[in-house]
Amino acid sequence: MSARPEPAGRGAAANLRGLYTLFEKEVLRFLKVVVQTLLTPVATALLYLVIFGGVLAAHLEVYPGVGYGAFLVPGLIAMTLIQNAFANSSSSLIQSKMTGNLIFVLVAPVSPLEFYLAFVAAAVVRGLLVGAGVWLVALLFVDLPLHSPALVLVFAVLSAAVLGALGVVAGIWAEKFEQLAAFQNFVVLPLSFLSGVFYSIGSLPAPWDRLSWLNPFFYMIDGFRHGFLGVSDAPPGLSLAVTAASLAVVSAVCLAMLARGYKIRQ
Amino acid sequence: MTEAIRVERLHKRYAAVHALRGVDFAVARGEFFGLLGPNGAGKTTLIGILAGLVRPTAGRAAVMGHDVRRQWRAARRSLGLVPQELVYDPFFTVREILWLQSGYFGHGRENRAWIEELLEVLDLADKADANLQELSGGMKRRVLIAQALVHRPPVVVLDEPTAGVDVELRQALWRFTRRLHAEGHTIVLTTHYLEEAEALCERIAILDHGSLRALDTKAGLLARHPWRCLCLELEPPDAALPEAVARLVTERDGGRVRLRLHRLHDQIGAVLESLRAAGVRVRDLHTEEPGLEEVFLELIHEGAPAQAAEAQA
Repeated sequence: MSARPEPAGRGAAANLRGLYTLFEKEVLRFLKVVVQTLLTPVATALLYLVIFGGVLAAHLEVYPGVGYGAFLVPGLIAMTLIQNAFANSSSSLIQSKMTGNLIFVLVAPVSPLEFYLAFVAAAVVRGLLVGAGVWLVALLFVDLPLHSPALVLVFAVLSAAVLGALGVVAGIWAEKFEQLAAFQNFVVLPLSFLSGVFYSIGSLPAPWDRLSWLNPFFYMIDGFRHGFLGVSDAPPGLSLAVTAASLAVVSAVCLAMLARGYKIRQ
Repeated sequence: MTEAIRVERLHKRYAAVHALRGVDFAVARGEFFGLLGPNGAGKTTLIGILAGLVRPTAGRAAVMGHDVRRQWRAARRSLGLVPQELVYDPFFTVREILWLQSGYFGHGRENRAWIEELLEVLDLADKADANLQELSGGMKRRVLIAQALVHRPPVVVLDEPTAGVDVELRQALWRFTRRLHAEGHTIVLTTHYLEEAEALCERIAILDHGSLRALDTKAGLLARHPWRCLCLELEPPDAALPEAVARLVTERDGGRVRLRLHRLHDQIGAVLESLRAAGVRVRDLHTEEPGLEEVFLELIHEGAPAQAAEAQA
């Protein structure tokens, strides 16, 4: 077990293996506690479906020809997907910071971009798995059309990426679990609940209908729903543009924090 | 290039603390180097800069010739850090942790045999598939060492590896670090245990309040302390001592007398001659050489200016 001289040419090149390993670790981490990370959110979404869908289905038709159940399920899938993408990266980071084991990644030759990509990709995977779970189980209860699978996939991936990156930002910023819980309860949860999951924003009274157009989560959920139903409150092109811009902004903030070592390197 | 580590005019300021105040030193390849200092001396900050965990305010640091900021990937690949705290990831088994750590450094399947060898050598093979949470503190410490070595770094930094460790494990860790050193690794050890630095390190730097107080070989540091002890057993036990000897006494318990002698001014022969002339018989005698502890305390307490420059020469 002798000291080996450093192999030539391994100085500055991207560490793709490091990126993949960090991604793999983040995926393995949530798969180790699958009841908490996958099954519980699916069950919670189904409770919403049973309660709201069951009670309101007979009374509401949000879009012409679309029952409330078919309207609700894409919103529930999207909300569960983005909340879990956020939870994945933020909880992993705060735990690693609190227990101190983030040091193992910080001493490794992993760049800020590689770090970001690994955490966001793992958050997207968890979001997609939870979203797919809600969708599959909801099919038992609701007859759900699928207008454009590509649009569904694009919005699912982009939305999960936005929230995965936001989770990295929150996980780095928070110094205690309490601060992260506050971020989740006062930012992520209200924005996702007030984004038209349970209703069309057209049915809201002023000024809430206008304010909803300022909520980026609205565009994620509305565009995602368009992929299923073919109808939505906002044009899907606008939703796509706002979601992509949200990803760019949150990613820029996230990368700047990582590059500075904000709160993770002294 | 023969240096494993070079640190030049290194400063680190936190909001209210100037943790490093212009530290300069170099560690040669293959050296066993000790970094000593009281709490708050700046040892962990210095190590943090080498490992990329802390950003220096000014100055530069390089590992195996790679600047820790400009060539950070190569610098990090060259260094294995065993952190002071017993940190671990509770989600994974020992083997998974090593596999992941290896991957972070860009290694794949080709490193599998090395991981298995580390498990064997560090006596972790039986616990390879156990979750980190199930391991004792000593076992967790071994896992930290394995993690630091998993990418085969030429430089290994151990930050107080034996703090709070039982005697048996401390001995095992000493044997293991000696083996690493014998096999060509450069070892940097920070420790509170002076006995540990004395037993293992070839050269020792003493940090205090962010400045280098001394940097020398073990023998050179010990030579700075000019005192040694002469322990005598006298007959009769209540014998009156001549003035030339009495002034040197630091402890007396009946016939057992402990004297402090200056290396240059007090000769053992002269002491014995005075006693003989006074009719006091010496039944037994031995000398005690100073340890690093005395040197360390003297340097820390006197607040002497850094003598690193002359020591490095």
